[in-house]
Order: sequence, then structure tokens, then C-alpha cells
Amino acid sequence: MTIALGFLALILATLLGWLLKQTFNAAPWEMEVVSDTAHFGPLGNDKSKLIALLGLLAVVSSFFALILSAYALRMELGDWVPMTEPQLLWVNTGMLIVASGVLQWTRNAAVAGQESRLLPGLLVTGILTLGFVLGQFVAWQQLRNSGQFITNNPSNAFFYFLTGAHAVHIIGGLVVWARATFKVILGKGEAARIRRSIELCTIYWHFLLLVWLVLFGLLLQT
Amino acid sequence: MSYVAIADRDHEQEHHDPQTFITKYIWSQDHKVIAVQYGITAIFVGLIALSLSAMMRLQLGFPDEFTFINPENYYQFITMHGMIMVIYLLTALFLGGFGNYLIPLMCGSRDMVFPYLNMLSYWVYLLSVIILVVSFFVPGGSTGAGWTLYPPQAIMQGTPGIDLGIILMLVSLAVFIVAFTMGGLNYVTTVLQARCKGMTLMRMPLSVWGIFTATVLGLLAFPALLVSAIMMLLDKTLLTSFFMPAISSMGADPGYTGGSPILFQHLFWFFGHPEVYIVALPAFGIVSDLLSTHARKNIFGYRMMVWAIIAIGGLSFVVWAHHMYVSGMNPYFGFFFATTTLIIAVPTAVKVYNWVLTLWEGNIHLRVPMLFSIGFIFTFIHGGLTGLFLGNVTIDLPLSDTYFVVAHFHMVMGVSPILVVFGAIYHWWPKITGKMYNETLGKWHFWMTFLGTYAIYLPMHYLGFAGVPRRYFAMGNTEFLPESAQDLNAVITMSALFVALTQILFFVNMIWSLWKGPKSDPNPWDATTLEWQTPDHPPKHGNWGHDLPVVHRWAYDYSVPGYDDDFIPQNVPAGKAPAGRGHGGEH
Repeated sequence: MTIALGFLALILATLLGWLLKQTFNAAPWEMEVVSDTAHFGPLGNDKSKLIALLGLLAVVSSFFALILSAYALRMELGDWVPMTEPQLLWVNTGMLIVASGVLQWTRNAAVAGQESRLLPGLLVTGILTLGFVLGQFVAWQQLRNSGQFITNNPSNAFFYFLTGAHAVHIIGGLVVWARATFKVILGKGEAARIRRSIELCTIYWHFLLLVWLVLFGLLLQT
Repeated sequence: MSYVAIADRDHEQEHHDPQTFITKYIWSQDHKVIAVQYGITAIFVGLIALSLSAMMRLQLGFPDEFTFINPENYYQFITMHGMIMVIYLLTALFLGGFGNYLIPLMCGSRDMVFPYLNMLSYWVYLLSVIILVVSFFVPGGSTGAGWTLYPPQAIMQGTPGIDLGIILMLVSLAVFIVAFTMGGLNYVTTVLQARCKGMTLMRMPLSVWGIFTATVLGLLAFPALLVSAIMMLLDKTLLTSFFMPAISSMGADPGYTGGSPILFQHLFWFFGHPEVYIVALPAFGIVSDLLSTHARKNIFGYRMMVWAIIAIGGLSFVVWAHHMYVSGMNPYFGFFFATTTLIIAVPTAVKVYNWVLTLWEGNIHLRVPMLFSIGFIFTFIHGGLTGLFLGNVTIDLPLSDTYFVVAHFHMVMGVSPILVVFGAIYHWWPKITGKMYNETLGKWHFWMTFLGTYAIYLPMHYLGFAGVPRRYFAMGNTEFLPESAQDLNAVITMSALFVALTQILFFVNMIWSLWKGPKSDPNPWDATTLEWQTPDHPPKHGNWGHDLPVVHRWAYDYSVPGYDDDFIPQNVPAGKAPAGRGHGGEH
């Protein structure tokens, strides 16, 4: 559980640091001045979406940190036999890295107002990301064909569980991506809102790439 | 009172006001309606859990008198009672119910920042409840694994409901966690982003602090339950061996190899202990506001109260293994967790002292919400002190499997939060419905519930010391127990049935109030917080009419010297006398 605890300590320290920067040490009964908290305004604004996304990333990180904790604990038991990962995973990883890069490029284009680049950028991102998910599925098939089933060994079970859980999160991202892409195709929606969705997607993509790199590194090592 | 105009809001408001019955009350995106939906659903499943406990008590008090209760049913009752009460009632009611109602109103915002997501959160929660209830009716019935669902027994022959029952339980939990995450992200973002002008963090009422911190705990801790639920589902359906050791079942080999049941316990309690505080922290916050309002005194040590909430929240993540002492562990490991457990008593004790000091020399109004709040202080101290016993490894080992533990956790996280729930409902009922209830009936409800629960749980401590084991369907051949233990069990059962029936008073009162109750004053308790200062009573969609409120002071300006009224609402500017409504407080 050390991994999960370390992760939590990080999150809680961040929260505490943030709290201390607020009016946290003020004596509320003495304050009479109306300070502008700058938090009021229309609901669901851009800043709120960003904060909710960061919150979601913390939840997802907590989820993966806990699986990794379980992984580490389970690995110590006697019956663990390391699994050989399919080579295809390298190709998939490559696709995800490029997808993340292209989305970043699309985001920069959106910020710079170069609207003609949005659709190609989004489509390439989507195709590469779908390619990643399909690639993971093919990797599963390859494992099954070579007799590496989920029940063979706990290392196999964790491999299927981790890759599956990661793929589900990617698919969730693709749903949001699809919304943004349809808006661009149909030419509907304000440019600012589309830009904002692309920016949030980019953060999510980078995050899931990072999670994948950690998972992949761990799977290769053990 | 002064307000600030939010120009672009009006435009939005016109387009978003719900028009039809369905958009107003069913597919509603209004946080107040969603709060009521959460509340009604949670109380409904809570009543199912209450009747399950009555069945358990019937068997324990009068063994073998009731032939429709067999050992299998009994374990199903225990399991579903615990799971429903902890997760589907308390968590959902405090965060989905009170969180939804209070956060936007107390922070002075129009609604949750993502109303659509908020609506979705409720419907997904309802789905999880439906899956849970369906599990009662599938072949083999619901799971009887105990609310902790420990493997290997949770999915092995001999435990009731190992076919569909356990699968539906795990799926329902996963769906609940999705619902909670949607709601939770909304609550956190709303507190961070949608507070009105002047509402700094340290001016927030403690209710909001408690709900906010509990939500953060939930967001970080529920993934542990999700991970363990998914892994157990895989163990059950695909025969993986995450948790399942090599084991033979009824002479057959189910095919598991070398998994670790203890790993499940770590994951489960990594969620399970913060869960105690996910339920307790909102109760702490709400009870602070209730005590302060009805004692006409500012809360004692506001900053310390906020710090204590945060410290308890942080510490709650490093005490989980105190639920696992009996699983056997390195003595240093046990020592570490006993120490952290005792340390968490410090901020908790600070809170208790501050509640008592808030009452000290206060102008105490013994109205119904106040009675429940004071009752909470009693039961919480009681349950908290027995927690200090059980936090020590050497005391926990002999007591862990006895009724002492049942008494402890029911006092501390059963009765205590439920008393706050009742206090809070009686306190905010006039705001939610615009109607008053019958005060006398409310007081009867309090006294019968409060004394009744003591009659249930106080004797259980003695039973525990005497060595009566918990989880048993029947005592069987336990010669070390005196016969009077059975008499005590019968008394406990009578008290439990009495308390369960007493709750009818509550429902009668509330239904009567909705139907024929007198209209309530917009601020019947002369409270300072923003939800009592809404332009409409009860507040309408959008909460604040045209202009958002501006906050000028903290939430606890009660009995301030030099003012006519004994309270100054948060949106009254400095130096101005409060707008008198002719019936200020007593002096």
C-alpha cells in the first residue's frame, strides 16, 4: 500500500499547500472587507471545467495507484511468474505518443485561431487513439492464441486488468473527442467553446499517455 | 442588504427555467430537487435496511420462534443491512442529499456548477439502488457475505447468494461509485468556483466544510472499493486469483491458486476507514451549525474546527489496518496503526470540546433540531470512547468478534450520524418545504429514539464483555454465557422494535406538515447563513432571484454586542443594523 499512500500524500500536500495560500489564516470574525473572491459568475465556466477535470485526474490516478499497490503486494506472493509482453505493445505505445503530440499541435492551432487545422488534427488524433485501443485488443488476442489466458498466472490477470482499465479510460476520452470533432465537422458551436474542449481533451490525453507509460514500464520490468 | 448583479445570468436564467412537471420534478437539473430525490431514495432504502435489522433482532431475541428466518436469510439480512446503511443511505443522504441542497445555497451560488452532471449523478445512483434491490429477488437471493464481503467466503460454496447475489452487489457498488464521482466532482468544483462575492473559504459555514472535505475523501477513497470490487468480480466470474487462495470447496478444486484474502482486506479498509469519516465529517459540520444557531452563540474555535476537519480527513487514510488486527500482522505494523488511531482522537476531541463550549453559557433553545444535536454529542462521545478501547491491539483482539464492536460502531457511525440527519431534516424542513411541523411530535420522536437507541446499544457492551460473539445466527452450546444474556438479548430486541416503530412518528409528522402544516417564516430560527436569506421562500430555481448575495461576515454572528437582534445574517454589511422583522432573538 506504500504506492497508494505516497500518491495520497502528494495529493493531500497539494491540497494543503493550496489551502494555505487562501485566506486560511484569516480570523473570519474580524474581516469586514468584501474581498473579491472572483468565483461568482455563470455556472459551468471554463475554469470550473478545468478544475473538475483536474479532480477527475486525481480520482483516476488514485484508482491506478491502488491497482499498482495491489500489484506490488500480489507480486511478493510465491506463485508470480513474469509474463512476456507482446511486441505489438511498442507499436501501440508509439501510436499513443504520436496521438498525444498531434492533439497538442491541434490545440496550439486552436489557440492561435488557425481553424483549418482543427479537423485534420482531431481526425488524426482519433484514428491513432482508436488504433491504440484496437492494437491493445489485438495484443490480447495474440496472448490468448499463444495460450496466455487471464487465469494462467496473477501477472497475466494484472496485465489484462491494467490494460483493460486503461483502455476503458481512453474510450471515455474518445466520447468527448467525438463530441468536439462533430462540432467542428458540422461547424456548430462557438470557436471559444471548441477550443476549450480541445484544450481539456489535450490534458486528458497527455495524462493517459503518462499513465500508460508508467504501466507499460512496470509491465516490462516485472 | 446588498447584492451584486450578474448581468449575463438573467439571460441564461430565462432559457433554463424548467417549464413542465417532468423537467421540474423528474429530469430536474435544480440542485434542490435533486437533493430531495437523493434524500427520498436514500431514506426509502434505509427503511428496507431498518426492517432487515428488525428481522435480525427477532431471531437474536427469540431464537427459533420465527421459522421464516433461517441461517441463510440471517446472513443476507446482516450483509444488506450494513451495506445499505453505510453506503446507500448515509453516504448518499449526507453528500447527495444535504450536500446538494446546502452547498449552492450556503455558498450563495445559483446551482451546482454542472447541473446536467448533477442530474445524471442522481439517476446513476438510482440505478445502483435498483440493481441492489433486484439482488433480493434473483435465484439464491442477495449475498450473505457480510458487509465487508471478505473473500474467500464471499464467493465460495456455503455462503448465501454466491451466484447472482454477489455479482449484483459488486456491480451495484461500481455503479454507485460512478454516480458518486459525478456528484463529488460537482460539489468540490462548486465550493471552489461558485461561491458568491465575499464568501471566502474561512467564511463558509462548517456544514460546507464538512461536506467538502468528506467529498474529497470520498473521491480519493472510493477508487479503492472500485478496485477491490472489480478484482473480486474477476475472481468470481473469470476465476482469476487476485484474492482467492488455493482452496478446495466441498471436496472439489475450484481452480484458484495462491491469491491473498488479506490483500482484499487492505484495499477494502483503505476505502472503509475513510468511509467512516465520509459519513462523520458532514455530520460534524452540520451539527456545529445547528448547535451554534440554536444556542444563539458563535461556534467556539471556528478556525480550530476547520483545521480539525482537515486533520481528521488526512489522518483517516492512515488508520485502516486497525480493522484488521485479528487478521494477524507484524507487531510493529499493529503498533503503528494503534498509534495513528489514537492520534486521530485528538482533533476529534477538539471538536467535541468546542461543541460543548459552544453550548456553555449559550442562550439554548431546546427546539427539536437542538435536541437531536445534543443527543449526538452524547452518542458520539460514547461511541468515540469505546473506539479508544478498540484502537489498541491488545484490547481489540479479545473484543473484536463480540457484541462490544457492534455496540461501538453503531453508536459512533450508526446512531450518531442518524441523529444529525434527523436534526438536519427538522432544521432545514421549513426551508425545503416552506411548512412547519409539529414541534411536540418532533420532541417525542427525539426522546423515544434517543432513549430507545441507548436501550439497544448500552446492554450490547455488556454482552460483548461477557463474550457473546457477533455474526452468530444462534448461540448454540455456549456454556460460558449466563442465561441472563438471552434475557438481555430479548430486551434489546424489544427496544429495537420500539425504536423502529417510533420512526412512524417522524413520517406522520412530516406528511402532516406537507399536507396541513402551517406556513413557516422564511427564517424561523433567526439563522445567519445564506440559505435563510433567499428572496423566495422556499427558494426557487436559481435561488437568488435577480441578484446574487454579497457576503460581508462569517456565518456565526450571533448575539453580537450592540445589535438589537441576536443574529446578523452573512449578507448584512458592516456597521448596519440587521433588517428587523419584529421578532428578533431573546436577550
